[in-house]
Formats: sequence, structure tokens, C-alpha cells
Amino acid sequence: MSLLKKVFLVDLFQGLWVTFRNQHPKHLVTEQYPAERPMVAERYRGAPRLNINPENGETLCIACNLCALACPETLIVVTSERNEQTKRKELTTFTYDTSRCMFCGLCEDACPVDALELTQDFELASYTREGQIWDRQMLEEGPRPTPYKC
Amino acid sequence: MTPDATFLDSTELVLNMGPQHPSTHGVLRVILKLDGEKVLGTDCVLGYLHRGVEKIAENRTWAQFNPYVDRMDYVAAISNGLGYCLAVEKLLNLEVPGRAQAVRVILTELNRIGSHLLWLGTHALDIGAITPVFYCFREREATLNIFEKYCGARLTTHAFRVGGLQYETYEGFEKEVNEFCDMFLPKVDEYEELLTGNRIWIGRLKDVGILTGEECKEYGVTGPVLRAAGVKWDLRKAQPYSGYEKYEFDIPTCQNGDTYDRYMVRMQEMRQSVRIIRQAVASIPEGPIMGKAPKVIKPPVGEAYVSIEAPKGELGYYVVSDGSTQPYRVRVRPPSFINLQALDRMIAGGLVADVVAIIGTLDIVLGEVDR
Ligand code: SF4
Ligand code: SF4
Repeated sequence: MSLLKKVFLVDLFQGLWVTFRNQHPKHLVTEQYPAERPMVAERYRGAPRLNINPENGETLCIACNLCALACPETLIVVTSERNEQTKRKELTTFTYDTSRCMFCGLCEDACPVDALELTQDFELASYTREGQIWDRQMLEEGPRPTPYKC
Repeated sequence: MTPDATFLDSTELVLNMGPQHPSTHGVLRVILKLDGEKVLGTDCVLGYLHRGVEKIAENRTWAQFNPYVDRMDYVAAISNGLGYCLAVEKLLNLEVPGRAQAVRVILTELNRIGSHLLWLGTHALDIGAITPVFYCFREREATLNIFEKYCGARLTTHAFRVGGLQYETYEGFEKEVNEFCDMFLPKVDEYEELLTGNRIWIGRLKDVGILTGEECKEYGVTGPVLRAAGVKWDLRKAQPYSGYEKYEFDIPTCQNGDTYDRYMVRMQEMRQSVRIIRQAVASIPEGPIMGKAPKVIKPPVGEAYVSIEAPKGELGYYVVSDGSTQPYRVRVRPPSFINLQALDRMIAGGLVADVVAIIGTLDIVLGEVDR
């Protein structure tokens, strides 16, 4: 560095100029999160959902248990009952413990009928630990807010 | 103070730095032995973030363990995933289709840029330059958005599967990656404008924490730390994997092996990554994205070791199969853990303020050190 450059603090002003250039309002990048909800990507792996047939409200799940087997954390529990008339397995309960889930998507990939899906919903907070365990109704309809107890 | 200490000389002072210290980049506890402001020696205490990942592997199937590797070096989750997938593929003797390889290269290089950006921002913050961290995170956000659109997660991505890819690229993937490259190169110049010539930056980094090439080899230090000491060693060139032999790029090196040189090497590496990404995007072949991977992965009895050039150095996976659906053993050679060994050598004789600079320049991630 030459002496003149040193005396006139050229290197410092050079850096300050970069800062100054970035002051322009068009460079604003902060997301105003709770006020404005960000759009997450289409493939986002967030809250789970058990899809139902929109026409008759029946679940798409065929109770094959593949998702429970694929999950590394074994946090999915599927129970089923054999229907005596149709001789087919029918889903009775489905629990999904979101507190242990790492949203890896392996269960979603394993499902042969696309019944289980990870959706774009990312607000999964709950006041209680029990509120993190989603049952079948919650998985089909979306989360219910849990009341706060201390 | 012991009674015989006189007014002029001081006794050795032992000081704990961490585990909750912002500039140890996680939960690292460094026991400093000080003589006044001078550091006589250091001791690292590890294990605050130990989760037993290698043991977890033995209780999971081969496919199920894949998301866990993302949680070691969570800043460069995609590189970790690539290393593990390559190791299992080697065990299975599986060919990965060209399209999958190209997409893998693009994503890992984007991840390298993201990792270096996070390093640059936090390192500058440690040294006392607040501004770069905002700019770095702004650009890193762009890479994270690409990951989010590609695989649905931003940090612990689980982007690759054994045998290839789970997800096809999304519409506009090439365009978005190219736009990122065009946007990013001027930004690197901008960071350099802020830091490279800055007298405080130079004063704090030059001749601090020197590690020569010979010492690097003795300690087994790899990655940018090794290259800053003048050793031209990059696994992407030395033993190309995932089609890196097809792309043209240089290995940036420096001579002095001090903290400033490591900064320069990483800045150059980001530019080289952009170069690789550009070539890879221009030549993504058509075709399938998944090789002939069996539904249930059951490798034959045997073992395999694959190492890749992660942003922090050589990341190795040693996998042993006993012929069942679960790994018999998965051993990880994490770059951060081995680079951290050199800390004591680099600090010896330095000042307390240099400790922060040296921990920063090693670019460690405690998730990977403790596993
Ligand atoms: S996303 Fe992963 S961890 Fe969560 S339930 Fe599915 S398979 Fe299990
Ligand atoms: S894999 Fe799909 S169909 Fe089978 S039990 Fe799970 S959600 Fe139901």
C-alpha cells in the first residue's frame, strides 16, 4: 500500500462505499415473517397430511404399513381391521409423532397410493408434548390448536 | 496467584473458552493456558454435541441412515449425503446415471458456496467486521432457495438416494442456477472489496496461525487449510468422483499457510465452484435419474471406503456390510475433527484474540466434530 493510500484511508472508504451502495431500498431482503407469510416451495416437506378422497371423504390409505416401516424414527403407528364383507384391510387409527420427525420424506416416498404427504404448512408449534402427536383426525383435517396449560 | 509470584512475572492462568462462546461456532470448549495475553497451550474438550451417529447407523437400514448424515456437517448437508451415497453405491457396485451425476455435482458445488459463505460471514464477524455476514447470508439464501425448490428442505436436505436421485429437477432449475451464477460472481468481488485490502482485516489475519505444508500432512489436515499452505491436493482432481473429471477447474493455492491465505483460497474456491456449476448446467444429459438400485438395499458382504472433497476437507465414509439390510459399521472421517487437532500447533505463542481468528479459519462444524 502506498503511503498516500494509507494516509487517506483508501481501503476503509472502499469498504464503506460498498456498504453505501447497498443502502438502496431495492436491496431490502428482510422477510416480514409473521406479518407476511412466506411462500414455500411446492415440494416443501412440512406438516404431514393423510389425504382423503374429496368425493366421499374416505381415506386413501390402504393400511399397508409401508410408511411405518420406512421411517427411520419409527414414529408412525398404523392399525387396521379386516372388513369381513369386503375382505379388505381398513384403517382404524394412524398416529404420527411430529416431535420426533425429521421431515426426511422417506414415508412419503414409500406410500404406494400417495395417501401420506408432507405439505407446505410449516407452523408446527404446540404448547404441549401431547399436542405434537397427531392422530388420524388431525392428519386429515389439519392441526387443532392445543390449549395452553402450565 | 501463588505466594512466590512477584510483581513482574505472572503465573499460568487457565481459562475456559466455551462451550457457550459465540466464536467457537458451536459447543466447543477450549481450555486456554495463558501467560498474560499470550497463549501457552490449548486443550479441546469435545463431545457436547455427541449423538452417536455411527451407532445409530447400525440400527437403521441402509436407506434409513441416509437422512442422518445430513446432521453431521449441517452446513454442507449435501456433501455428506453424496459421500454416503457414493460409499454404499461402491459397495453395491452400482452405476449412477449421467443425469443424476450432473445434478449431484451442481447441488454439491452450490452447497460448497453456501458453506464458504457461512464461513466467511461468521469469520468476519469474529474478527469484528459486522457487514459481510449480512451480505453472505443474503447470497446463501439464494442457494438455499434452490435446494428448497429441488428437494423440499433447506438445511438438512436428504437430497440424494443410494443409486441416484429421488427428485427430478424442477422446471426452470437450469435457469435459476445460471442466474445465481451470474448474480454471485460480482458479489464475491464485493466481499473482496470489503475485506481483502482492509488494513484491520490484514492486520488481524496476516501471519496468524501459520501451518506449513509439512505440518498439515503430519496432522492429516485437508481442505482449504492444506491448500493455503501450498499443497495442491484436491480430491475432485486427485480421485475424481461423480463425474468431476469432465469439468475444467483450477485448484487455488497460496504459499504462506496463514489465516489470510486460507481466506484467499476459500474466496477463489467459490469462483471455481461457479465455474464447475456453469459447465455442469450446460451439459446435463437426458435420461433416468435412478440407477438399478434394488428396492431393499442388501449389499454383499464386504467393505468400501469413499472419500470426497467436502467444503471443509476430505470427508470419508467407511462402510462395512455383513450381507444384511443394516450396516455392520459406518465409520465417518470428518474433516473438521481432524483439522481441529492442528489448533494447538497453530495457536502456540499467539494472543488470546488470535484464538478466535484461528478457530474461525479452521472452519469447523461441531456437529461433525462430535458426531
Ligand atoms: S418424514 Fe422421515 S422421520 Fe418423519 S415420519 Fe416420515 S420417514 Fe419418519
Ligand atoms: S404407506 Fe400410505 S397407504 Fe400405506 S399405511 Fe402408510 S399412508 Fe397408508
